[in-house]
Amino acid sequence: MTPFLTLLARDLRLSVREGGGAALALGFFALVATLMPLGIGSDMAVLARVGAGVLWIGAALAALLSLDRLFQADYEDGSLDLIALSPLPLEGAAAAKILAHWLSTGLPLTLLSPVLSVLFDLPSGAVPVLAASLLLGTPAVSAAGAIGASLTLSLRRGGLILPLIVLPLLTPAVIFGTGMVEAAQTGLEGGAFGFLAAFSIATVLLSPFVAAFAVRLNLAG
Amino acid sequence: MFDWLFRYANPARFMGLSGALLPWLAAATILTIAIGLYLGFSAPPDYQQGRTVLIMFVHVPAASMATMVYFCLAVASLFSLVNRHILADVAARTAAPLGAVFTLLALATGSLWGKPMWGTWWEWDGRMTSTLVQFFLYLGYSALWNAIEDETKAARICAILALVGAVNIPIIKFSVDWWATLHQGESIMSGQVAPVFLAPLLTMMGGYFLLFVTLWLVRIRTMIVERRARSLMQAGAAA
Repeated sequence: MTPFLTLLARDLRLSVREGGGAALALGFFALVATLMPLGIGSDMAVLARVGAGVLWIGAALAALLSLDRLFQADYEDGSLDLIALSPLPLEGAAAAKILAHWLSTGLPLTLLSPVLSVLFDLPSGAVPVLAASLLLGTPAVSAAGAIGASLTLSLRRGGLILPLIVLPLLTPAVIFGTGMVEAAQTGLEGGAFGFLAAFSIATVLLSPFVAAFAVRLNLAG
Repeated sequence: MFDWLFRYANPARFMGLSGALLPWLAAATILTIAIGLYLGFSAPPDYQQGRTVLIMFVHVPAASMATMVYFCLAVASLFSLVNRHILADVAARTAAPLGAVFTLLALATGSLWGKPMWGTWWEWDGRMTSTLVQFFLYLGYSALWNAIEDETKAARICAILALVGAVNIPIIKFSVDWWATLHQGESIMSGQVAPVFLAPLLTMMGGYFLLFVTLWLVRIRTMIVERRARSLMQAGAAA
């Protein structure tokens, strides 16, 4: 377990120090939430209706921002080769990196979402549900993102392709995540919570294997 | 089990076989689509949709091909990863743009059909939405291919993406259907298709499929020749 924790701590330290981008994601998220009403209009009734969706998409996009560094930075400076040689299997390394990415982006974004939901006048009952849906869904964003990051790690402009291949995979997370909030607002229960949990768990469990497979291919090539 | 298949995975054998098949396939494509169009135009106007029912004969086959081609892409990708064969790499790569075009065609004709029928170019209905997402999957796949310089590496990496996408497509379809029924309790086109319409529809579906196979073979052959020319040029430059 020690190599896992070492890698986790290293990635976390890298993400909060300069150029890490953890704080950038929060700033991006806050800016999206600020600009949306400027585009949509200040009608609070409309904003309350679209708020959950806007915050969900903002959080998913913000989490994608720092993904291109997840494997690429380590690939470029050669540390990925050392990680691959370490006693920790690459699958474990990928899991540690996904966890570090979530702890440095997904979790802070989730914690920020109740604050931003004030801007959208979300009903007080919906705010905890939104936070819960993000808490449940952002691990899937990090995990699906890690697949994209591992596939594009050797590309110089990987950051541009990454959203194009990751965002379609995140459709279910956005749908069920906002569905949970909608269910809380309308009182209609459609099973969003269960589906989001299932999607998230499956993505988180499978992605370290896919990412490790892709990293191996990239290192061999 | 796949021995007979791998015999033709040899590019030279493949070129021989596909070259012999291609004229027949092209002729069959033209003939099937011509029959389909004739049957379609001679079908009576639908009592509700009038002549716009004709759009169905170009729309529904395109939509079914959009999924079918992704299936072919995923199978080729699986062979590319497991057997590491160049023909599978090329087959997967060349299927993607064809699939994207069929998907775009399905979206465009669907939109043209939707305007007279539903009074709107676009409806956030489950099937349309998942087709749109699938179009983006094709685009992402092709973009990734074009971004990686080393062809062998690009083939393996894109194969992973194709398989991840293949696992995800049913989930995406399910989630979008779930979402669409939550937002609007509307169902379209539930009901039987009359035989006068079914015959041209099935013929056109066959025609589209033949068209895809023909174009796919042409593209695979082109890419194999292209690779050969490139390696000859590299050998020439090295000498």
